[in-house]
Amino acid sequence: MKKPSSSPPPVLTTALAASWLLLNQTLALGQIAFAALLALALARTTSALRPLRPRLRRMRTVPGLLLMVLTDITRSSFNVARIVLGLVGNRPVHAGFLDIPLELRDPHGLAALATIITATPGTVWVGLAPDGHSLTLHVLDLRDGIGWIHLIKTRYEQPLIRIFE
Amino acid sequence: MNAIFQGAAWFASLCFALAILLALVRLLRGPAAQDRVLAFDAIYMNGMLTLLMLGIRSGSLVYFGTALLIALFGFVGTVALAKFLLRGEVIEP
Amino acid sequence: MTTPGLPLWVTVPGTLLLVAGGLLAMIGALGLVRLRDFPSRMHAPTIGTTLGSGCVLVTSMLVSSAMLGRPVAHELLITLFVVVTAPITAMLLMRAAVYRDAIRKRSRR
Repeated sequence: MKKPSSSPPPVLTTALAASWLLLNQTLALGQIAFAALLALALARTTSALRPLRPRLRRMRTVPGLLLMVLTDITRSSFNVARIVLGLVGNRPVHAGFLDIPLELRDPHGLAALATIITATPGTVWVGLAPDGHSLTLHVLDLRDGIGWIHLIKTRYEQPLIRIFE
Repeated sequence: MNAIFQGAAWFASLCFALAILLALVRLLRGPAAQDRVLAFDAIYMNGMLTLLMLGIRSGSLVYFGTALLIALFGFVGTVALAKFLLRGEVIEP
Repeated sequence: MTTPGLPLWVTVPGTLLLVAGGLLAMIGALGLVRLRDFPSRMHAPTIGTTLGSGCVLVTSMLVSSAMLGRPVAHELLITLFVVVTAPITAMLLMRAAVYRDAIRKRSRR
């Protein structure tokens, strides 16, 4: 099978080279050259495993999104900790499944969304509908379903659409 | 301030050890197989953190490689177990 | 076992981060025992894996940077690896749980 020759994917190659340098804790010239060669070779040999190339459109959105995710993780960690310790008063806590209509279609964007949702305590990704138009989550504190849908659509989905589509 | 920092390091190590014990309770009690896999996941994660605490307390870098290896192998183990629960097979033909 | 003379910019944030990380990891494991059904229990260890390990890794970076007198950042690799892999295990386990529950309900009927 003949592979279409293409330029190496820039983000993947840089990430591989950077992780080699981090692992060896060095910035020596020889190691940098070796890291570059290794990253290029790995990106080339594994390209058959990655049939889809992500198209990153607006990298400007990424730092803001990361900061937002970090604050959300901190906040919901404390919410979940409060529920575990029973510090919510007499309010009963209902956990449940929640369906969210989805506009994001790009597979890499969906993967990023899954990472964000699962890394945030209190929400776990359950699955995507076969047609890809809706997403099922499990939410620990399902008090306000519309609020959760609104939060995920505006805070995470819109930036991801801007980045990946 | 150094003494307080050492105290905090001891406290954190103690917390992770306790977390491992609590996860062990869930591992032994079950009831479903997925509970046990989840408890195993928590145990290796806290074990990795305990190793990192050893590195912090002794100020040495040798524990880092072991922590990275635990993270790698723990992930592979959990995924294999979860995949087995999902399909009854780890690698499908 | 004693780390000699760490500067103040390590010990002050380090102390806070270690206490917070330890407590968060323990609360996460406590939730694993206390919460009632499996899907709810999925949420508890996430606290330990994200915020708890984040705190410890940042402290580890600070301490080893101060010890060696140069920035050390290889803990970032563990952070990256944990962040990338945690969703995969969580998703697979959740799917396995949903699938197994469906089978059990069907066989009971």
